[in-house]
Amino acid sequence: MVTLNKPTQIEEPNKRHRASGKSLSIIIKAFKKSIVLILFVLLWELAPQLDFVDKTFLPPFSEVILAWWDLFITGEIWRHFEASILRSLFGFALALVIAIPLGLLIGWYPLARELLTPILELFRNTAALALLPVFILLLGIGEVSKISIVLYACTWPVLLNTISAVKNVDPLLIKSARSMNISSFKLFYKVILPASVPTIFTGIRMAGTGAILVLIAAEMIGAKAGLGYFITYSQYNFLIAEMYAGIITIALLGLLINYGLSGAERYFSRWKQ
Amino acid sequence: MEKIKFEKVSKNFLVRDENKKGAQREFTAIQGIDFSVKEGEFITLVGPSGCGKSTLLDLLTGLTSPTKGRILIDGREINGPGLDRGIVFQQYALFPWKTARGNIEFGLEAKGIPKKEWQERTDYYLDLVGLKNYSDRYPHELSGGMKQRVAIARSLAFNPDVLLMDEPFAALDAQTRETLQTELLRIWKKTGKTIIFITHGIDEAVYLGERVVVLSANPGTVKKIIDIPLNNRLADADIKSNPAFVKARHEVWSLLHEPEYQGAHI
Repeated sequence: MVTLNKPTQIEEPNKRHRASGKSLSIIIKAFKKSIVLILFVLLWELAPQLDFVDKTFLPPFSEVILAWWDLFITGEIWRHFEASILRSLFGFALALVIAIPLGLLIGWYPLARELLTPILELFRNTAALALLPVFILLLGIGEVSKISIVLYACTWPVLLNTISAVKNVDPLLIKSARSMNISSFKLFYKVILPASVPTIFTGIRMAGTGAILVLIAAEMIGAKAGLGYFITYSQYNFLIAEMYAGIITIALLGLLINYGLSGAERYFSRWKQ
Repeated sequence: MEKIKFEKVSKNFLVRDENKKGAQREFTAIQGIDFSVKEGEFITLVGPSGCGKSTLLDLLTGLTSPTKGRILIDGREINGPGLDRGIVFQQYALFPWKTARGNIEFGLEAKGIPKKEWQERTDYYLDLVGLKNYSDRYPHELSGGMKQRVAIARSLAFNPDVLLMDEPFAALDAQTRETLQTELLRIWKKTGKTIIFITHGIDEAVYLGERVVVLSANPGTVKKIIDIPLNNRLADADIKSNPAFVKARHEVWSLLHEPEYQGAHI
């Protein structure tokens, strides 16, 4: 009994010590993560208040938040947010539907890959925004041109990553599956496809970032709604606090999309270390 | 009973010519391989690098075919991959997105085994390799030795007649390797499979094989086939001190270290 009791007696304080250490480390971690953000907001608040910068061009953070709240209450910001997120999601989803199957096909057939890679590289390395005037000329300034430019910008990273994913599947896995005498079709969807998922997702995340960037720029040039339009509109009408409110909303939109995509990536790549 | 028969098998490849730019030349990987493997036999192939071990294995899997000669299994010529042969690779070749169970089921599905039998079979073979409690682990959650156990279970589960093993323990640490060697002997006794085991370890070849095929390099040919007169491998804990083992080991060693091969395995 004595020998049995002893270890438990030793363990008890140990455990408690570890538990308190754990909660402390959580606080430290939270502090490390938030301190620079808090300082940034403080700087934004104080620099205009203390006249380090011109209040007219950079209103204090609190004013921007109040402006944002007003826009939120009236539903104004939501209208623009909705317009932007619908366009980006639509263009993004279309890009996935087109680029993933196409990339799988091109990656699987070496001849297609060799023929198409040069032109794909050319398109990929042409900044999408440089083509914006072309899109507007051809498709007007309506929804079609904006969704198209998002579609265009999202297609390349997804397409090229899918092609390289298929090309770079571990040959040993293919050999192992082939030695089990499975059909080419099964090899494709049971081995090539799952093995490609992580690399495809890298492309999808790149596309997610690109979608917002290109969309906002397109909305700034020609649109009647959307966050890009709202920002330029506010600037032209000297609604500076509102303009910053729009920028904050874009940041939130970007974070939201990135968060969603990382979650999806973690889910689909959960077998990776 | 003759299970596998090599009939004067040669394999040539086209390789880049080092002397002439852009030109190709013929390279003979293996030449005139001619021997048979008995049903239920455990045979090991040992040789220096360049002796065509991998070429031989690819021929056996049916992923490539010989330039000359033929390989017969049960009297029928190999003409492609088939599930009468199970293969265990040095680098495991497990599908990383599938759990241990999923990997084994992959082979069962390929063989067309009814789905209702999968659970029972998978459980049986996981138990056989000592991984009963690891069925839901992904490969990255397993150690090297465990991964190789899963790979062995996967190859056994679809019940092939022949197990082909390509340096399966070469990537493992010495202790794990020794454990798995013993386990493999136990599994072989229990399942009665014909096993062709490729290695470059002399001790491993002598310990596992009833016969050891000693290969020589450039081109790969059979130098000699040595009978290993040990029949109590699992009973004798320190069989490597057994005079018969020592003698056989020395013979293999001498064959591999004859002057003509000096420099072949730097």
